[in-house]
Amino acid sequence: MKKEYIKPYIRKQTAGVMNKFGVSYNKGHREEIEGFHIGDFTEKFGSPVFVLSEKVIRERYRKIYSYFSSKYPKAKMSWSYKTNYLDAVCSVLHQEGETAEVVSDFEYQKARRLGVPGKKIIYNGPYKPLESLIVAFKEGAMVNLDNFDEIIKAEEAAKKLDIKASVGIRVNMDTGVYPQWSRFGFNIENNNAFNAVKRIQHSEYLHLEGIHCHIGTFMMEPSAYKEAVKKIVQLMRRIEKEFEISISYLDFGGGFPSKNILKGTYLPPEVAIQPVENFIDAITDTLLEELEPKEYPEVYLETGRAIVDEAGWLITTVDAVKRLPDGTKSYIIDAGVNLLYTSAWYNYHVEIDREIHGAYENSIIYGPLCMNIDVVVESAFLPPLPKGTRLILSPMGAYNMTQWMQFIRYRPAVVMILEDGTVEQIRRPETLQDIVGPESVPEKLKRFQF
Amino acid sequence: MDKDKLAVLAVSESGFIFDPVTGHSYTANATGLKILELLKAGKEPDEIRSVLLDEYDSTEDEVSVDVNDFIENLKKYFLI
Repeated sequence: MKKEYIKPYIRKQTAGVMNKFGVSYNKGHREEIEGFHIGDFTEKFGSPVFVLSEKVIRERYRKIYSYFSSKYPKAKMSWSYKTNYLDAVCSVLHQEGETAEVVSDFEYQKARRLGVPGKKIIYNGPYKPLESLIVAFKEGAMVNLDNFDEIIKAEEAAKKLDIKASVGIRVNMDTGVYPQWSRFGFNIENNNAFNAVKRIQHSEYLHLEGIHCHIGTFMMEPSAYKEAVKKIVQLMRRIEKEFEISISYLDFGGGFPSKNILKGTYLPPEVAIQPVENFIDAITDTLLEELEPKEYPEVYLETGRAIVDEAGWLITTVDAVKRLPDGTKSYIIDAGVNLLYTSAWYNYHVEIDREIHGAYENSIIYGPLCMNIDVVVESAFLPPLPKGTRLILSPMGAYNMTQWMQFIRYRPAVVMILEDGTVEQIRRPETLQDIVGPESVPEKLKRFQF
Repeated sequence: MDKDKLAVLAVSESGFIFDPVTGHSYTANATGLKILELLKAGKEPDEIRSVLLDEYDSTEDEVSVDVNDFIENLKKYFLI
């Protein structure tokens, strides 16, 4: 009987370099996701494969909506399409009652195609083609305008339809956080926002209905939302008094964080990231303090990441093990940064699919692309992984499946674990035809010989 | 491969390794110690692979990758 093989290691002893935060690392492993064996996913759908959970998406949404609606009477939520616009994901959230928040004509068309009526779409973003504005006004979408040129464009669209279109404006302001998102919308402090309203109210074809803001992304500090609410309520009061109109909705956008680990943060997400309730409290408590019950407008949240990020995983396979010249251990996996746009700012949680004995060491995880930038995880504390080990990277649900690109390799399958205990493919892996389909070669370039 | 450096290492059975030349110390697991012992005895990587395969439950591919990796690590520590 041969002895059990444990990969060899030798390590130099060092002293005096302890981590004062004492963050524990995960020595466990993960054999399944919601009862489904990791190997079964890759066997059936290939590797890599994105896995989403219907149950987690619904749970996250319900947790946020029930808290939000218990704190404010006219609470509304609209699904941020750009966070994850896979049809199945949007459908789960539309079933839950979320409307669609889109930021392009493409996303607008995708929502309509899924069966969302125009009246249940919020159309945001800094660029809205004239034709898309005409469609949005005709179908009664809620349109939030970004700049003066867009006000003129919206006016032209409404004029073509011969209607007085209701619009909102997006505003930006100093909320005490850096960087200030000043490139979107009209600034409150320099009076730009008020002047925009003046321009809209003087138009024969437009009418102001609401105010929208989106103060940043992956916001760590709830007090920024408190500041935003105060400034917007102040602006609302000034507008209502000056123009004798009533603002029917305020939209505070999104930007709530998930339990992902931002690069450069020492503390684990359980400590660094405040619960979503604190962000909702900052908004609703300030609204209730500032407003009289008779003037309560509808209040929208466009939460994306905080709902879907933790509902997603990527299962990937170690294809090669390599020791770099400086002694660092590295692994090459079959999923690269072309699929993992968020690897630029997150250190993903890395789990392995089996128990592996051996000394843990800091390792680099590279993707399969022939590009120096293809670093998926800069530093993961891992035991010696044999070729073929499956890694489970998370959270994955937000932005990867929309910002991924077809580059060098095909994009893989996305599957969803449904609440009834089945797994369904919700996006098949790409094929060559998917990529070359839109291409054409001029006749004179069709022949060549070597 | 410079084996003179290996010859002076003090290696305990429990995996503690002391280099009297530099004063540095190291720890290794049982498989690591086995490879170190074979290298000190003047064995070549191919011979080490076959000894490990005879003794441990593993594959030729895995042992081959690991022995190379271990030797690279020794080079990093200037032990060979």
